[in-house]
Amino acid sequence: MAKRPEPVQQVKERRDRALGALVGGIPYVQFIGMRFERRGDELTATLPFDEKLIGNPLLPALHGGVTAAFLETTAVIELGWQGLWGEIESGRIDAETLTPDTLPRMPKTIDFTVDYLRTGLPRDAYARARVNRSGRRYASVHVEAWQDNRSRLYAQATGHFLMPVHDAPDP
Amino acid sequence: MDPDIKTRLARQFIESIPHARALGMSFVEIGEGVAELTMPYDTRFVGDPHTGVIHGGAISTLMDTCGGAAVMAHPAGAGGTATLDLRIDYMRAATPGQNVTARATCYHVTRSVAFVRAVAMDDDRENPVASATGAFTIEPSRGRT
Repeated sequence: MAKRPEPVQQVKERRDRALGALVGGIPYVQFIGMRFERRGDELTATLPFDEKLIGNPLLPALHGGVTAAFLETTAVIELGWQGLWGEIESGRIDAETLTPDTLPRMPKTIDFTVDYLRTGLPRDAYARARVNRSGRRYASVHVEAWQDNRSRLYAQATGHFLMPVHDAPDP
Repeated sequence: MDPDIKTRLARQFIESIPHARALGMSFVEIGEGVAELTMPYDTRFVGDPHTGVIHGGAISTLMDTCGGAAVMAHPAGAGGTATLDLRIDYMRAATPGQNVTARATCYHVTRSVAFVRAVAMDDDRENPVASATGAFTIEPSRGRT
């Protein structure tokens, strides 16, 4: 007998809870005010404008360091999210009981290169990451960030990441 | 421009940046083409709540700010600058509870571009936490400090 599909609300709640646990436990992400939105497994990061993110008060413009941090966080969360997605959808991790404390370890940044294409304007910014390669030990991730127009990037970046060592060896 | 005046203006500019203030940055040193900035340990800047280690983004921001300060304080540099690109290598986690200090050197300047190297250190200055290299723009001084 075919299994009835899971109610949509239940699926959404499980995924949103997992994303919340992933993002909510990082104080620095809260400090700069970053948020994540989810469509299926696709994540979009948002950095709502705030006066304290200004790096050049004369222009004014967003701080280049904030842009670097925004892109790096987008890359790490995307990598962590892809790993977590498989774990919760397969039922290996129960999203109901998932908290920042019980979360699997996150990837660590090895290096990160930011290309500043345009001045960061004093308004909201958005970013999406693409995992170009994710192996057992290393991953390479590209990130794009924009403000008003999706096709006019204000910054892009590529980073390499050290993947967390799993507690149990793969069968 | 008198190098001392240039250094003083660079210092004033960096100290007026809202995000540098938000991270509690202060100068240890600023001179011709070099700058050293320190950032206190703060639980709000933590990137890994399990260990209390500072987020890489805060360290990148410290090194970027420090690089900009070194460019502005360079005798051949202009009054204003913006980052063109920045590569950060994370060598190890900064020890929780310790200040992070960045030292940047603007080692070459052309009419349009300034080249910068920076390191970030905690109390163990022999083993840097991170290093960075970047290219910065040289903005025309007119209309900007």
